[in-house]
Amino acid sequence: MAEKTLMKGNEALAEGAVRAGCRFFAGYPITPQNEVPEYMSWRLPQEGGFFIQAESEVAAINMLFGAASTGIRVMTSSSSPGISLKQEGISYCAGADLPIFYANVVRGGPGLGNIAPAQSDYFQATRGGGHGDYRVFVMAPNSVSEMANFPKRCYDVAFKYRVPSMILADGILGQMMEPVEFDFEPVDPSSFPEPDWAIGGDASGRERRVVKSYDLRPGRLEEWNKERAKRFERIEAEEVDWDGEGLDDCELLITSYGSCSRISKSAVKMAREDGLPVGLLRPITLYPFPKKAYQDLAKRVKNILVVEMSLGQFIEDVQLSVLGKVPIHFHGRPAGGIPTAEEIYDIVRKIMGK
Amino acid sequence: MYQGIIIAGFGGQGVVSMGILLAYAGMVDGKYVTFFPAYGAEMRGGTANCSVIISTDEIAAPVVGQPDSVVVMNEPSFSKFEPMLKPGGRLFINSSLVSSRSKRDDIEVIEIPVNKIAEEIGTLKIANMVMAGALIKHTGAIASEAVVKSLPKVYKRAKPEILKLNEVAVKRGAEY
Amino acid sequence: MKIVFEKTNGLTEVPMRYCPGCGHGVAHRLVAEVMEELGVTKRTVAVVPVGCSVFMDEYVNCDGIQGAHGRGPAIATGIKRSKPETVVISYQGDGDLASIGMAETIHSASRSENITIIFINNAIYGMTGGQMAPTTILGMRTTTSPAGRRAEINGFPIPMCELLSSLEGASYLARAALDKPAHIIRAKKYIKKAFETQIKGKGFSMVELLSPCPTDWGMTPKDAVERIRQEMIPRYPLGVFRDWEAEEKAKKEEKAAV
Repeated sequence: MAEKTLMKGNEALAEGAVRAGCRFFAGYPITPQNEVPEYMSWRLPQEGGFFIQAESEVAAINMLFGAASTGIRVMTSSSSPGISLKQEGISYCAGADLPIFYANVVRGGPGLGNIAPAQSDYFQATRGGGHGDYRVFVMAPNSVSEMANFPKRCYDVAFKYRVPSMILADGILGQMMEPVEFDFEPVDPSSFPEPDWAIGGDASGRERRVVKSYDLRPGRLEEWNKERAKRFERIEAEEVDWDGEGLDDCELLITSYGSCSRISKSAVKMAREDGLPVGLLRPITLYPFPKKAYQDLAKRVKNILVVEMSLGQFIEDVQLSVLGKVPIHFHGRPAGGIPTAEEIYDIVRKIMGK
Repeated sequence: MYQGIIIAGFGGQGVVSMGILLAYAGMVDGKYVTFFPAYGAEMRGGTANCSVIISTDEIAAPVVGQPDSVVVMNEPSFSKFEPMLKPGGRLFINSSLVSSRSKRDDIEVIEIPVNKIAEEIGTLKIANMVMAGALIKHTGAIASEAVVKSLPKVYKRAKPEILKLNEVAVKRGAEY
Repeated sequence: MKIVFEKTNGLTEVPMRYCPGCGHGVAHRLVAEVMEELGVTKRTVAVVPVGCSVFMDEYVNCDGIQGAHGRGPAIATGIKRSKPETVVISYQGDGDLASIGMAETIHSASRSENITIIFINNAIYGMTGGQMAPTTILGMRTTTSPAGRRAEINGFPIPMCELLSSLEGASYLARAALDKPAHIIRAKKYIKKAFETQIKGKGFSMVELLSPCPTDWGMTPKDAVERIRQEMIPRYPLGVFRDWEAEEKAKKEEKAAV
């Protein structure tokens, strides 16, 4: 692979999307994700793609809805308040089975909150976010390299199952710089066959097509929703991803996702240096959630410690996975509070009585 | 080797660009690196700071809680970051602008008149590079050749004569 | 036998389910005839709104996309920028275009987005049951202004062609009425010009159609067209508000005169 380059998380995310075939970006300024639209504004034209700064987040997501309907790879990004505004359009994309990709570089909330890193949009991301029965394929990178490499996976899943996909990042991942190594060769989207649902362009020689999320005929929308739910079942069966360390012999399992998992990893390291059997499970996909990994570990570990940068959202998926089989402890820092490895390790010692 | 560094000063003192240079040079030197700037409203008030981690092992937590080294380029940064320094850590002070002196006896203090040295070399703009030179010398975190090699990569638009001045500044700082 | 009239193939065979006297059927047919006459049916996408005309995608014989209330111009922008060879029309009502979607309308016009908007102004929210619209004229009774619209409570009706005409990006703006054959023939001319504006790459075009809604106005179809004449046209005068071709010509003449 090519040599490493030092990149900012937001820029790596944008470059990763372009290399994964993104050719349309609509966005709106909001901190801490501004480098994404800034980067796209000069980078996309180089690839024959198109960048537009929309009049609002609402307009941006609806531009995406239109662009995605033509069958191309599209992207938008924002931060928490802006992602709330985009939920309308995301729901329409889900309802019309349009594959889209977006990123939430999460900041402190609720409301205007602050611009510091946070993980308080977990519910919104993993439960769909907008109205209606649907989910979004959610990936949670924990390094700048993953910010660069995950968009490709998001597009692949979005197009395979015709669902929205997203990256749930935060201010740390967006703003930090790290060496980046791409684990895939740039994709040439002109080599993709046009999807058989895409509208626009020259339609001679094919039936006319309609992209829509509504069906007012009795019972038909129910059937359609059930068909979509089958696709989500397949996603849950086939697209789960996670990693971990110290899982073979750990008695206490720390679990965190995203940038927070890096801090937890430091705490695990401190514990291991002191000879304490502590491990880390880090979900890479938040939807689908790695339920089975937790269920398997719940048979062996004595305690689970959930660490997240919110007051308790991710923890609910852990609880739903282990169903009371193991005591679950919690350490959450909301609204820009970033836990330190030391404070996590203090809790670990308390739980283990050391 | 693990070095968590915080660099702080006024906006315009090259605090962020010094951080990026160190991170880049660390990468060139084969180390693991991360760089994290204070961003948004924080940087509008005229002060700037960033953190850099340079390590021979993979970096877990990307944020610096207790720094091993602190660089203070101006007076307000001194009061904010000097107390955060880890016992046994190093405090790099721009003695051209900072008059406060540390009362801690568990740290090493390195005072360098980087503004004065930079002006001697030719321009105040390279005061941050003098400081970078001192930092890598004292911490041993990065080989100085890696820093020199990284200059044209980080300052892509700089003219050769400016790059040369930067190089001289790094070397002068390393003599401190 | 000589055929003197045929249904345009710009329309599908699906029978329309609009109320008697509704303007949507006429407006759809005008759009469909223009598509056919210009030979662009197979490269047109109709962005279909929320409201009674949500079913338009069943009636017009081109590709369609149905999106969120008020976002038609943004959706049209996404399609046009992705596949510029497509003729993109956004069909919108008054609540859609002048209320919830006002920002999208103004910004797509100011960007001179190369799309065509067909704006049905019937001064009322039809599908939801006759509530007050941004274009409801003063004094008009609706289910949310039962005593008649009053400026001091509800503000004034918004004349969209006049409002947009100050924007540099608005290349073609015209208003017609669907109350009588002469006006309908004029409406078709405007729609054709709007399509041509887009096909020639001249930028943003919009045709506003004053359209009857007998059901929600609580009138017979005959009284409804009478209201257009008596109440709406005086507030919303018909005609062309911006025309890039006339403006280009005037500029040339001005240059020649200098």
